Order: sequence, then C-alpha cells, then structure tokens
Amino acid sequence: MSTILETKSVTKRFGGLVAVNALDLVIEENSISAVIGPNGAGKTTFFNCITGFYTPEEGGIVFNEKEIDGLRTDVVTRMGIARTYQNIRLFPAMTAIENVLVGQHPHLHTSWISAVTRSAGFKDEEESALEEARRLLRFVGLKGMGDQLARNLPYGAQRRLEIARALASQPALLLLDEPTAGMNPNETGEMIRFVQHLRDELGITILLIEHDMRVVMTISEQITVLDYGTKIAEGGPKDIQSNPKVIEAYLGRGAAGGIENGSN
Amino acid sequence: MEEKTYTWRDLINYGLLGSVVTLYFGMIGMLELFDERILITPFLSLGDVLLFSGVIGIVFFAVNKFASSLNEAFKVGAVVGAVSAIFPIVLSFIATSELIAEQFVIRDVFVSVTDRLVEIYNFGLEPIVGSLVLIVAFAIVGVLTALFIKTDPKIERPLLMGIVLTLGIGLFSENVTQILGNLPAGIGRSISRLLFTNKALTIVSALIIFLLTAGITYWRMRRPTTGESRGFNFSFEDISNRGLNRAQMIQLAIVAVVLLLLPWMVGSFLSQVLFNVGLFILMGLGLNIVVGYAGLLDLGYVAFFAFGAYTMGILTTATSLNPGLGLNFWTALPFAILIAVMFGIILGVPVLNMRGDYLAIVTLGFGEIIRILALSDWLAPVMGGAQGVLKIAKPVFFGVEMGSPETMYYMVLAGSLLVGFVAIRLRDSRLGRQWMAMREDEDVAEAMGINLVQTKLMAFAIGAAFSGLAGAIFSARVNNIFPHSFNLLISINALSLIIVGGIGSIPGVIIGALVLVGLPELLREFSEYRLLMYGILLIVMMLVRPEGFIPAEIYKRELRADEETETEIEAQVTSS
Repeated sequence: MSTILETKSVTKRFGGLVAVNALDLVIEENSISAVIGPNGAGKTTFFNCITGFYTPEEGGIVFNEKEIDGLRTDVVTRMGIARTYQNIRLFPAMTAIENVLVGQHPHLHTSWISAVTRSAGFKDEEESALEEARRLLRFVGLKGMGDQLARNLPYGAQRRLEIARALASQPALLLLDEPTAGMNPNETGEMIRFVQHLRDELGITILLIEHDMRVVMTISEQITVLDYGTKIAEGGPKDIQSNPKVIEAYLGRGAAGGIENGSN
Repeated sequence: MEEKTYTWRDLINYGLLGSVVTLYFGMIGMLELFDERILITPFLSLGDVLLFSGVIGIVFFAVNKFASSLNEAFKVGAVVGAVSAIFPIVLSFIATSELIAEQFVIRDVFVSVTDRLVEIYNFGLEPIVGSLVLIVAFAIVGVLTALFIKTDPKIERPLLMGIVLTLGIGLFSENVTQILGNLPAGIGRSISRLLFTNKALTIVSALIIFLLTAGITYWRMRRPTTGESRGFNFSFEDISNRGLNRAQMIQLAIVAVVLLLLPWMVGSFLSQVLFNVGLFILMGLGLNIVVGYAGLLDLGYVAFFAFGAYTMGILTTATSLNPGLGLNFWTALPFAILIAVMFGIILGVPVLNMRGDYLAIVTLGFGEIIRILALSDWLAPVMGGAQGVLKIAKPVFFGVEMGSPETMYYMVLAGSLLVGFVAIRLRDSRLGRQWMAMREDEDVAEAMGINLVQTKLMAFAIGAAFSGLAGAIFSARVNNIFPHSFNLLISINALSLIIVGGIGSIPGVIIGALVLVGLPELLREFSEYRLLMYGILLIVMMLVRPEGFIPAEIYKRELRADEETETEIEAQVTSS
C-alpha cells in the first residue's frame, strides 16, 4: 500500500487563533480514515487546507507525490480530490442531474465555440456526460429524481446527491464532512454501507469527519483525533477508544477513568 | 383549510391604503390626463381604469391575505372597496365647498386638483350623490375583484384574457387602425371603421372582441393537452436541441414570415418602436448572461453599449470635425464588438474578487466613469466630448442604404436572433453550467474544478459583446451619438427588463423589453408618469410574481433519457 496523501506539520492561523497546529497525517491509498475531535477542533479547517480553500501558513501537503499546498481549489480538484460539505452545499436552483454534470467539469473539454456550433465532438461529450450523470444518480439511489431542483429534494437525497456530485469528478481521494449528520439510525447504517461500497467497488480512498462514534468506529481503519488544532491521538478504532487523552478531550479532565471502566 | 383571521380594523386599513392610492393618482394629475384617452365610447376611459385600479389592487392583496371562503371574499371586497372611496370624497368636498374656498383654495397648493378631477371622482354628479355613487361603484368593483380571484382558473383565465385584450385594443386603437390601414385593398380600413369610432372601440365591437377572446381561450384550455398538438407551442430548447415536428415547423414558418413583414405592416413609427425594443432585447440577452446565468450583478452595463456605439462612430465618420477612418459599417462592426469585449475583460478584472452588492456598486461606478470620460475635454479629440460623434455611416446592404426604422429593424432582428441563438446554446453547455454553478455558490463551484477567473471573464466578455453589437447598431441608426445617450437609465432599463421578464429566461427578456421599452413608447402622451408606472410595475411584480412574467424553465434531462435506458434494460433482460 502506498501513501496517497501526506500532510507535514500543516499550520493554519486565523489572527491569533491557531486552527490547525503542525498537523502530520498520512493517508494510505484505498483506506478509510477519519478525523474526529470536539467542536471547533479544526477538522473542517484542515479539510479546507487540503482542498486549497485555505492556504496553510506553514507545512506542506503532498498528494500522489505532488505538492498541492498553495494551489487553487479548482486545480486541486482536477488533481483528484473531491469533497462534500458539513452543511450540504448543492447548487440549489439547478436540477439534481445538472449538479452532477457540474461535478464532471474537470473531465469535459469542449470549448464554448463548439457549444455554439454544436459540433459532433460537443454532442458526443454531452451525451456521454449525461449518461455518466444518470449512472451516478442510479448509483447513489436517486434514479428518477434527476429532474428535480436540488433544493426540493429530501434531506437524505441531498446528502447522496452531494456525494454523487463529488464522485462525478472521478476523485482518487474523497473527503466527506460529516456524511451522516442529521440522519436517523437507519439512514446512518445505509450511509456506512455506502461509504464502504465506494472504497471496495470504486477503489476511492476516503477521509471523513464524523461525530457519530458508531460510524467512525465501524468503518475507519485509521482515526486521527484533533483537539484545539493539535493531533492528540492516532491509531485504529480500538486504540482510540481506550486512549485517555481522547476521552479527556471529549468529556473533560477527570472523566477518563470512569469511561475506561465503562462499557464504551 | 385554516380560517384566516382578520379584524374590521385590518379591512379598514387596507381600504384606506386603496383610498390613498386612488387619491394620489388624482392629485398628481394622472387621472385627468388618462381620462382623455377613451377606450370604449362613450363610457370607459383610461382614467376610469386607473380610478378603479387602486381598488382592484388593494382588494387583490386583501382577499389573498384574509379571505378563504367565497362569503368572506365578498365581505372583504365590499368593505375594502367602499372604504377606498373615502379620501377622494373628502377631496371633492374640500374642493367644492364654498365655505372652505373662502379660507383657502386647494388648487394653490395642489395644482392638479381641478374641477375636472372632482368631476371624475363624482362621475359628473352633485357632490353628495356623486360620493354615494363612488362608494357603491368602488364596493361593486371590490366585490367583482374578490369574486374574480375566487373563481375557477378555468373561467378566470379566459375572462382575464378577454378584458386585457379588449382594453389593449381600445388603448392602442390608433396603432391598430394604422396597422389595419396597411392591409391591402382597403379591407383594413373598413374593419377599423367597423371597430372604432373616434379612436375608441364601440360598445358592440368591444363586446365582440371580449367574447371572441374569452371564448377562444376557454376553448383552447378545454382541449386535452396531448404532447404534439398544443396549439402555438414550441420552446426555445426545441429549436436549439431537438428537432421540430411538423406542426412546430409550420408555426415557426408563420412566425418567421410575420417577423419579416412586420415593419411594412406596422409603418414607420411602430418600426422605430420595434427597433428600440430589439436593441433592448439585444442588451437584455447579454445582461441576462452576466446577471441571470453567472449571477454577477452588473449595474454599469451601459458602458459596453457606449463602447460599441463610439467605436462604430469613430471608425466610420470622416469629417473635418471628426477625422475618423471612414470605414463602412460592416468593416467597423467586428471592431466595435471586439473593443466592447476587450473592455468587458478589462473592467472585469478588477471586480473578479467582488461579490453581490460590492460588485454592483463598482460596476455602477464604471458605467458612470465611461460616460464622464466620453464627455471630458481630455478625450474630446477622439470621442468628440459634449458634441458627440456626428454623421455616423449607415449600413449599406447589397447596395441598399439602411437608415430608416423599417430597414434598421432587420438589423436588430438579425442581431437578436443570432445573439439569442448563441445565448441558448451557451446556456445548455459546459460553460452555461459553469456560470450557473458559480451563481449558486462560488466556493463550491471552484471546488468542482471550475476556474472562476476564466468563467467570470467569459461572462463579462460575452455580455459585453452583445451590448457592443447593440451599441454599434444604435449608432448607425441615430447617426449622431452624444455622451448623454449613455446614461445610467439604460443599465437600469436593461436590468429591470430581465427582472420583470424572468431572470435567466430568454423569452422573459423579450416580454420584458416589450413591456418596459415598447409600451412606454406607445404611451408617449403619458411619458410624464413613465418612471412612476415603472416603479409601480416593479413593486407589484416583486410582490405578486417575483420570478418574472416567464420564469426560466427547468430542463428535463433525466426523465426522457431514463425511459430509454429502462427500455434498453428490458430489452437486455428479455434477450438474455
């Protein structure tokens, strides 16, 4: 197994606040990893650093053996990193299938001139893009909903549409920001299976932020715990569950002993 | 259904509001002026329509807000309508009372309060009788409005169409007469003699038109809507993407013939109106790309119109005052568009990182800067300063000099068709999706791999190209251009028309231009109140139909295709 993403002491500050502090992380190809931590621990900021939305003040990010820190978001996306958002961010006034078509943007190449002349190349590309979009909608279980406006879809469908849109860019690494937020246990279970399916069937490496410990412990092979922007623990689900630092971060000082003997 | 609660006080408040509106129309002299235009002889003038429009509007809002049942609607309509009469009655008593006249003359303060206005409010009757009539009339109109709102849409639509068309023909009787007069063999003249007396419809002809329109609308609505034969119906998407079926081809051919013959059917004055509408369609289509698709609120759009016009002017004139190059129209046209595109990009670069209101303010500034530069002495050697650019060449098309409204109409027609075609095709492409994604959420669009700089500049450039084309045609039509031809109002007009028409919608641009540019040209005699009507229209539209007259369509891409794939899958299943 080779490394797909490596961050070397990435640091991001907002004024005096250190949101991400010298974070080292290694993600293996074809793995499912999770970044967890209390609210405000810097998880989403870290995601934003990887995707180029923020430029880290210090440190480097290497993706597929290429330096990507400081690159623009769209360039990073083209290199094969896609993401979803904590508070679903679809293109609300576009239809579901148009959302997926936008996601395919990095793989479409026809110029605006051929769009005006409707050249054969343009037609072929559009047709195959449409076919691919339909396939992705079926893949995430949204068959038949493609012509609805994204904002009119039910919550769960919006989450899945967001993933379909991310998949449309054919990423090697998929960043999922709280994919099960706001879902009931049933939907959460489905999402777990779906994420595993993504990795097993499509070979996409998954890095996710998640608050639902059941999800994290079920699917991740590697867990990184952040607190106040600093990595406090790393390892497999078993190690993390019993790590006193983690329990302290989540529940406060003094709680560690109690939990360790408890059922969790 | 949930019962909406209201108190008497609510109704009286709404009534008073209606009353204020009715009073306002009178006090600013609108009623009196509008009263001179007779729609249906002998009893209905445009003033009467305006007199009742306040009541109709207020009752519309009140009924929608308060009344859920028909009985309630009656009550709301009657009360609100009757209360609406209060202020006009007070006014007519003040104006007619000799007791008050001794103290002060209301006309000294409000110059528009004439005897004629009081006569309109009182229907020419004695004040007391007239007031009662006004109350009753308003109450009746209120009830009718309420009833109308509560009727079945199946009846409402035909009635509305009938009323609108009848009043429209009455209002534009002069124009209709003129158009009919151009028909061959004097048929038109005899028709118009039948329809109109004294530039207004007769009662009989009004009734006939109303019944015909209502009847036809009703009949068409009752017909089952099967996909193929939906009467006059083809979408822009069909023309661009799918083939047309035969019925649609025939319809399209009829439209084409009408469009080609139009200037000769309507005469010189209406051709000029159509030309102006066409110019704004051109600009509207361009601005629609910038604002409607890409979501970049540009208030300085007139700048590119000016670049197109000035480039055309400077390149084609060759007088001692303006030593230009003396090119002909067709050679100069690509340069005019190119210069506009260039400045579209130049002015686009500084605003790349701006969003929403900041962008609007900066572009507003750019628009003004360009106008002031054109006016400046500094650039006067090139752009002519306040004197403008004179004697701009007219286009010559196969030896025919085009300069008249009728011939220039074809220029804007060709321009609009071309630009509309390009706009549709771009919208349904990768670039169109890039624009829309950027409009919806810039950050996410970038995270989808979209290069925002490129995408924004493309929108500015193409928008500027369309506007530059409009400017070039404009300058060739008017022959002399001056800096004040390129004021802020043009940007505002173009923006308003795409908002009223339906933002992001191409048919909306056409309707918007017809309503906001065409109508005011036809109603020149009321131009004093043009901006007021404009404002009222915008407010009412935003309250009642914020998505515009013709909202942008939602394109079905999956469904049609999915049926295909389903049949494919079935075929596979059966074959295996």
